[in-house]
Amino acid sequence: MIAYNTAVVLAGVSLLGASAGLVGSFAVLRRRALLGDALAHAAFPGICLAFLALERRSLPAMLAGAFISGIVGVGIIIGLRRATRTKEDAALGIVLSVFFGIGLALSRMIQNRSASGSRAGLDSYIFGSAATMRIADLWWIAGVAVLCVAVVLLLYKEFKLVAFDMGFARVQGWPAGKLDWLLMGLIAVTVVVGLPAAGALLIAAMLILPATAARFWTDRLGMMLVLSALLGASTAAVGALVSAKFDGLPTGPTIVLAGAATFLSSALFARRRGGVARWLAQHRFRRRLEAQGLLRRLYELTEAELPLRAAVPQSELAKRASIAPGAVRRAVRHGWVVLEPGGQLRLTEPGLRLASRIVRGYRLWQLFLVEYADQQGSFAELDVETVDDDLPAAVIERFEARLAAEGRLPGQVAAGSKGAS
Amino acid sequence: MSGFEWADVDWNQAAWTIAVAAACSVSCALLGCYLVLRRMSLLGDAISHAILPGIAAAFWFGGTTASLPMFLGAVTAGILTAVFTEAVQRAGNVPEDAGMGVVYTSLFALGVVMIARLASGRVDLDPDCVLYGRIEQVVLDNFKLGGLAIPWALLPPLATLAATLLFVAVFWKELKLASFDPALATAMGLSAAVVHYLLMAMVAVVSVAAFNVAGSILVVAMLIVPAAAAHLLTDRLGVMLLLAVVLALIASIFGYFGAVWLNTVVAGMMAAVLGIEFALAACFAPRHGLVSRTWRRLSLSLRIVSEDIIAIVYRAEERQHELTSGVDRSTCLQAGGGGWIARFALLRLRRSGAIIESADGLVQLTDAGRIAAQSLVRSHRLWEAYLGEHFDLPLDHLHEPAERLEHYIGPKLQERLASELARPGVDPHGKEIPPG
Repeated sequence: MIAYNTAVVLAGVSLLGASAGLVGSFAVLRRRALLGDALAHAAFPGICLAFLALERRSLPAMLAGAFISGIVGVGIIIGLRRATRTKEDAALGIVLSVFFGIGLALSRMIQNRSASGSRAGLDSYIFGSAATMRIADLWWIAGVAVLCVAVVLLLYKEFKLVAFDMGFARVQGWPAGKLDWLLMGLIAVTVVVGLPAAGALLIAAMLILPATAARFWTDRLGMMLVLSALLGASTAAVGALVSAKFDGLPTGPTIVLAGAATFLSSALFARRRGGVARWLAQHRFRRRLEAQGLLRRLYELTEAELPLRAAVPQSELAKRASIAPGAVRRAVRHGWVVLEPGGQLRLTEPGLRLASRIVRGYRLWQLFLVEYADQQGSFAELDVETVDDDLPAAVIERFEARLAAEGRLPGQVAAGSKGAS
Repeated sequence: MSGFEWADVDWNQAAWTIAVAAACSVSCALLGCYLVLRRMSLLGDAISHAILPGIAAAFWFGGTTASLPMFLGAVTAGILTAVFTEAVQRAGNVPEDAGMGVVYTSLFALGVVMIARLASGRVDLDPDCVLYGRIEQVVLDNFKLGGLAIPWALLPPLATLAATLLFVAVFWKELKLASFDPALATAMGLSAAVVHYLLMAMVAVVSVAAFNVAGSILVVAMLIVPAAAAHLLTDRLGVMLLLAVVLALIASIFGYFGAVWLNTVVAGMMAAVLGIEFALAACFAPRHGLVSRTWRRLSLSLRIVSEDIIAIVYRAEERQHELTSGVDRSTCLQAGGGGWIARFALLRLRRSGAIIESADGLVQLTDAGRIAAQSLVRSHRLWEAYLGEHFDLPLDHLHEPAERLEHYIGPKLQERLASELARPGVDPHGKEIPPG
């Protein structure tokens, strides 16, 4: 049985994490990630001003103040970029630091002025404190989450276009500018309702981390949105639980650390784009090239004696080309080559079939590169084993005729033999 | 708030606090100029956030703030930020800003959590000092030198200030070249990457020194704001550095007294003063400010509209040879594009005595106005003649470009056009070109 308070907190941060993950995906794709950060920092003085004006804590007033001052900050950034020579990066830094500095000055002023008993609790808006979340905060967050989901579902196609190709959206006649501002508005309301729980300093990370982590797993927007929302919700819940468990751990940073852990594991272990997968793919590719090199060299050295499969001393092979350590061992294991006593290497029957295929592909590519030197850029991955898929049949036929005339066409082209993987 | 009296100011504390703030903010401002010019402000922002775990770790091992391990830890964290950002951006296929956001928010969160866990119960490091720094306490801990009680906290900022000055002086040429033309710098055998990472390391060093007294958010303000304001005020690098230093000094002084006056933190007030400085520069900078640019644009459109108005009256006079009645006021306004600029232009023309307006709303040129209009129409028709002579354009395509360019052809260009065309009498439409 979870305590009522804990349930409220968990529901609140999970919903917040989900909506931040959802709109954060668009923010990241639209290059608005750091604008979200600036917005969050810029919202802080609005909270303080609302408190100063009302002389008491009023959640709606503070959220309204935060929203207004955040939007003013974003407006200043956009205005500076358009109207002055100040570049966007500097404008972001200026608004972020100056607004937050003003907020700090205001909050300290309020604290120093009021009696020591009512510290006004403005500090909790900086680092965030989910533990104090009440049912009212939950309603706000739930409302915003519903709003975000509804808007994204309704305008999915439009947002997709704006996120990936603003220029095209405009040319197609969509109100791209308005859609962009609507997206900005969604980011703003999400950031603002999240301020009490996650804090101004790090709420932007809740926009950025789940989205970039999700990006590692998929290339499809719909999938990325779902994944990012799920990751956002779960990391926020974990972060909030951990922060509640250990004394003195502020909620915002703890959630961000949970998000960072998710990001790091995605970056390492994602299926195709993760670091491990990329390293493995690279490794396999290198092994394949080594095997191809070895078989081709063996074939070339014994080509004159064919169809007899002659033996080559390993020392002879080493003289002609650098053979990667272990390549011979692996070729023996695959059954392409036998290592005879005295260090002699001899191609096996299947080894010869494979080697013929490789040498044929190699020579076809050579001819292709000589004849169509201007087009080699469009064949980024030259693989001698897939030459039949990559080049037009007519070209292959012509090249084969040429090789045959020179007596250089490997004779036993056996289809269906296993690749050198 | 209103309890501020000059008599209450503790001048000893004020002087030392301002000295520490100034030493920090001047070093930041100097390096910030290069960040702003190279459009790397965000990397500065990211580094100043990301040094936090380095500071926390060094604090864990060294036990003090502003020690050598702390500098090393923070510089490592700073350089790692630059490296990681690039790696995330490339591997994750996300925009640069998202990559940066991932790295620095994560490192900053790590730093905050470390400090929150490590520093519970200790006075010299807590989450609050991440925000505000401890500049208010610098005078408490000092040593005596020749009768002066010098705060220990002044030494690291002074050392970094000296290092920054040395860095800028020694690498002046390299930094300048790498800032404005990295490609040329590389072609000249100067490694832009080395300059880049040296600059990042210096930013990290300065951020650590400034962090200790002012907190991490203000470091961003001190790095970027004076430099961006100075960039609006000048086009010369040397002047920009000097202006940034002056702005940083002003912010240190006013920030301190503002904080005393409002009973709040120095760090926040310094950021606020820097913000005001930047706002003033953005509005009133002589060349790049909003007000001066708007003013220049307005006066240009006013001149063009005025010229268009007198030109239309001149043409009407020309058509009717001896004009007695003048041109309708509404026609004049229409020639000026309508709107308030046209009305204001008409008013100004009347005031300056270029036109007279009769009671029934007819506009006539005075002699002075006629001379000005004649020169403009001369420019217009000379340009038409020139276009007709040198470009194979149909007749109905000549008027439009001439209508635009006539406002920018001065007497010198008129003279050259006239002599080039062997002093033509008429334009391609057969209209007389008035004498200059």
